[in-house]
Amino acid sequence: MKTKFKRSHFAMPFFLLNVIFVVIPLIILLINAFKGDDGGFTFSNFVKFFTVANLKTLGRSLIIALLTTILSLAICYPLAMILANSKINKTAILVMMFIVPMWINSLLRAYAMVAIFEMLKVNNSYLKVVLAFTYDFFPFMLLPIYTILSNMDKSLIEASTDLGSSSLKTFAKVQLPLSMPGVISGILMVFMPTLSTFSISNIVANSADMYLFGNLIDDYFTNFFYNVGSAYSFILLLIIGVVMLFANKFSNNSPQIKGGSVI
Amino acid sequence: MTIKPWKKILAMSFVYIMLAITYLPIIVLIIFSFTKSRVIGVWSGFTWELYAEVFRDSEIISALINTLVIAVISASLATLLGTISAIGIHYLKRRLKNAASTINQITVVNADVVTAVAFMMFFLAVGIPGGYVTLVITHTIITMPYVILAVLPRLRQLNPNTYEAGLDLGAGHFKVMFSVIMPQLIPAMISGFFMAFTLSLDDFLITNFNNGWEIETISIYLYTKLTKSGVKPVLRALSSLIFVVSMLVLVGINVYSKKRNKSNPIMAIK
Repeated sequence: MKTKFKRSHFAMPFFLLNVIFVVIPLIILLINAFKGDDGGFTFSNFVKFFTVANLKTLGRSLIIALLTTILSLAICYPLAMILANSKINKTAILVMMFIVPMWINSLLRAYAMVAIFEMLKVNNSYLKVVLAFTYDFFPFMLLPIYTILSNMDKSLIEASTDLGSSSLKTFAKVQLPLSMPGVISGILMVFMPTLSTFSISNIVANSADMYLFGNLIDDYFTNFFYNVGSAYSFILLLIIGVVMLFANKFSNNSPQIKGGSVI
Repeated sequence: MTIKPWKKILAMSFVYIMLAITYLPIIVLIIFSFTKSRVIGVWSGFTWELYAEVFRDSEIISALINTLVIAVISASLATLLGTISAIGIHYLKRRLKNAASTINQITVVNADVVTAVAFMMFFLAVGIPGGYVTLVITHTIITMPYVILAVLPRLRQLNPNTYEAGLDLGAGHFKVMFSVIMPQLIPAMISGFFMAFTLSLDDFLITNFNNGWEIETISIYLYTKLTKSGVKPVLRALSSLIFVVSMLVLVGINVYSKKRNKSNPIMAIK
């Protein structure tokens, strides 16, 4: 029996490719995470994670990611507000100029930051890493907030001021809540990559001072401890999953995480 | 409601200060690519010597070639496969469509390091040694979701009857796909291609775990030099060259899309 070709069958290569190259690799990783040295089933790879050194590494990663996210938000929210205000800024060129560096290799941008740190004699590892991460990732915060603020119905803000609210109250009660989906997607797009990136931090700071969660996974895999490495990767995946769930709770009309905020 | 002039000045100075901070590191690097001093901040006379060194360094040249070859092949594959996928997904029933969009988000949301090691374990399990093949496969797979995300919105804007009309006029499904639907998607495909291309150029982690520990791309070269074997002045010239070329390409795309009055690919998010 020959089934008739339908136009939706063009999606078949998509499913096939994704099952083979995305789903199966993750399953292999999961199987490896539960595999002991003798090849049998074990939880020991996960248990091994709970050492003081590893938890310190995780804590360091979380602190760095959190500081980067807060700094990016503190810079990008006012910036997006100004850029989206048609009474102050009339062109999109300025927004473009902030976005353009994002398309340049991120390791090169990290190296450019090294140049600045060398000139200004900045030596604190935490400071260097947070500044470099912020420099590399802030467009991901700026873009979704700018998009949502510039598409916002201005009459709502006018209505609020007409009804007698002060501009501060209008901001807190109208503009900020309405822009939350953009803020959440910005936070995710900065927080998630900074939690697992180690290439940028290794370039600006010595990896001995600034050993992050990504370094941990990298070390296990480059030293051929695949099973333990796989277990640690799943712990990272779990953290990402929890953060996503939390974020989706916050913005009930959940914006698509990345890519969804296309202008 | 008007804004007071002093507020406007204050706001714009904040914008310009941030813009200056954004470009300062790049400019400093370009300035010091014209001097041979070992550290940045010390000027020891103008010279083109570092640029000459870039082109004499066979390691840099081969890394550049590897990077471009992999980016061009994988971005082309991702654009072709991603566009076909997007068309298929567009015509799927609702439930399958939701499943497809979830699957499409996996590699986008997942940490790069996890994606990278999952690929590595997969190739190890099926016995494909790391090299050009694994790099092209992995780069195609990780960039395809962005092509799909670029093409899908455009598909929604198409006249829903064109596909039917093509079939009624006697064309087969493949003929309709390639000579009726795809030509209307070209602007979206171009921006999808550029996204895929830049993401491939930018990638370090996926390449690091799937290059068989030997194929060097620019990201791998930079990482090795910047973290392990000490920073050489020649990197300043190489970086400046890449900055300037990237900027020129971006301005080029922008002028082109302004001319054709098409959606601006640079503003689309990575």
